[in-house]
Amino acid sequence: MVIRRRNNVTVTGPATGPTVVLAHGFGCDQNMWRLIVPALAERYRVVLFDYVGSGRSDLSAWSQERYSSLQGYATDVVEVCEELDLERATFVGHSVSAMAGVLAAQAVPERIGALVMVTPSPRYIDDDTGYRGGFTAEDIDELLASLDSNYLGWSSTMAPVIMGNPERPELGQELTNSFCATDPDIARVFARTTFLSDSRDDLKSVSVPTLVLECAQDAIAPRGVGAYVHAAIPSSRLVTLAATGHCPQLSAPEATAGAILDFLADLP
Amino acid sequence: MCRAGGAPEPADPGDETDGARMDAAFTSLLEDSAEDLYDSAPCGYLSTMMDGTIAKVNATLLDWLGLERDAVVGRKRFADLLTVGGRLYHETHFAPLLRMQGDLRGIALEMRTAGGGRLPVLVSSVVKYGSEREPLLIRTTVFDAADRRAYEEELLRRRRDAEQARTEAERARAEAERARAEAEEARRQAEADRERLADALAVLQRSLLPDTLPELPGMEAAVYYHTASPDQLGGDFYDLFPVDEHRWAFFLGDVCGKGPQAASLTSLTRYTLRAAAHHDPEPAAALTTLNTVLHERYGRSEDPRYCTVVFGILEPGGDGGPTKIRIASGGHPPALVLRADGRAEFLPTPGGLLIGVLPSALISTAEAVLAPGDTLLLYTDGLTEARTGPTRESLYGEDALHAFATALAPAAPQETITALNRLLDGFGDGLDDDTALLALGVPATRSHSCPATDSP
Repeated sequence: MVIRRRNNVTVTGPATGPTVVLAHGFGCDQNMWRLIVPALAERYRVVLFDYVGSGRSDLSAWSQERYSSLQGYATDVVEVCEELDLERATFVGHSVSAMAGVLAAQAVPERIGALVMVTPSPRYIDDDTGYRGGFTAEDIDELLASLDSNYLGWSSTMAPVIMGNPERPELGQELTNSFCATDPDIARVFARTTFLSDSRDDLKSVSVPTLVLECAQDAIAPRGVGAYVHAAIPSSRLVTLAATGHCPQLSAPEATAGAILDFLADLP
Repeated sequence: MCRAGGAPEPADPGDETDGARMDAAFTSLLEDSAEDLYDSAPCGYLSTMMDGTIAKVNATLLDWLGLERDAVVGRKRFADLLTVGGRLYHETHFAPLLRMQGDLRGIALEMRTAGGGRLPVLVSSVVKYGSEREPLLIRTTVFDAADRRAYEEELLRRRRDAEQARTEAERARAEAERARAEAEEARRQAEADRERLADALAVLQRSLLPDTLPELPGMEAAVYYHTASPDQLGGDFYDLFPVDEHRWAFFLGDVCGKGPQAASLTSLTRYTLRAAAHHDPEPAAALTTLNTVLHERYGRSEDPRYCTVVFGILEPGGDGGPTKIRIASGGHPPALVLRADGRAEFLPTPGGLLIGVLPSALISTAEAVLAPGDTLLLYTDGLTEARTGPTRESLYGEDALHAFATALAPAAPQETITALNRLLDGFGDGLDDDTALLALGVPATRSHSCPATDSP
């Protein structure tokens, strides 16, 4: 119960169906999935949650130490899986969350039976081995400056309201941009962890069936990155959506849901 | 209607010229077409497809960015106009929020100009939906926010400064608190040490003085002991004990110095005198033995130590007979007897020398008889050398003591001690040395105070 509240866990779909866990990336919260949840929930039990520090999670559970590494976010995933006693669930992670899912599957292989990586990137920054992540370290500094300029309706006095009022959800909805409203200090840590991480070596550990979903035009995870992930995971399938941007679940919800459903249908 | 910078015109319908000017102004405003308003508005306008491809943009924004219309429309996406950091923010926050909410206002971004510069802007967007609620396009306005951004950055900078100052103040406070806690701990430690020392001193002091005086058959005894400093062992000592069935030994003295060295000397003195008294209860013999022991122990050292002491033997007279006392003194002030008839007299023991100074002792002896109602008083020089007078410059002295005793006599031992106790209290801080008092007396029984019960 503690974890359900802490991570604002919501569960929809048939209670006995195979389980799909949807994990948001850096930026907003579980609302990112709202356009594809209905399609998935027809056949699957859908689990949504917010990482601690995002959305309506319990901000008091956040610590800079834990959430300064991807392992901290992976531990959130593991704890949600354990709380719900999931077995062989399919973990769908967007962006940086795809890599948190890889780490979680290493930790609790019996609980995560398949991975869907939506616009993943194991490394955002270019390096001199020829790897092209799409960004330089200076670009990431610029992003951090952008975070400082946009509080997106954030105000520390409203934090307890946003943080979690399961009894009174309307309180949070009154706030403009609250889906992406994050304490600036927490957002800065999440951004650093996301964009400075290097999870390329972890890809080798993946042995479960994996779907890599990329967009034809993605300013954050360019085409070469999807191919890199696919090549590093022998058990993976790469699907390129005719979509633009980093969030196909919003910009091309039908195509995204269709690709995920096709993958789920093929699972043993 | 007002003119810029001017006072309102007085209404004057006859002024044809002014009316014509106003009409011309209105006409020019009406000719400001929607097209021109869009293109030359004081803010940037652009419309994009849902994938961000720019379909329409106004001249103001093109001008700000230094771009040609042909290079933008149909060729660039909105995100392409942003700096890299702005593009990351656009992808992770702006685009998802816009898609979820349908509109978004006042987001701070930075645009890239053709010349390589940066233009801080505030962006608002709204999604235009079709009849089936399907999103069709995105309309966006762009405001130049250079001044505002500079102001915000100043605010942010000041907030960081304030936070840093707060952090530093907090650190200083924690530091002070830690120092206070350490000082408190040190104080408690010192207090505990002091208490332990006081306990040890008390135990040691008790080993140097008898816990209680033994019962003297047919006699009374009373003592008073004052230590000048509570954290120093006193240098005065006394004792009273039986040497055989008929005789009792008593002594009172003062060792030189204070503290642990004095205490070790006191200890040696006390146990030597006790042993000597059992070996040979003759007072002069006991002091001679003590002199030998002290001189042997300390006389040749660089730190010679010595004491003054009165040693006595008393033989209570059976059945109301007189009590005989014999005393020996080594350099100690004379004993005093308070007689039952109201007199007070010293028992002079002149010529006795400090015990322990010379290899052979020079000891002076005296004898006296105590009748019922008589009290023998031994004292140390803490009493006679108490400083008195308004300036604390004169010493109390033996004469004053004699006068005091005369005024007091007759007095039983406890009464004598109580009176002297009051006298000492009256000295206040003039009493700056250890003081010991020992009083021994024969009660004024039967024939004097209780004649009725004397002869049944």
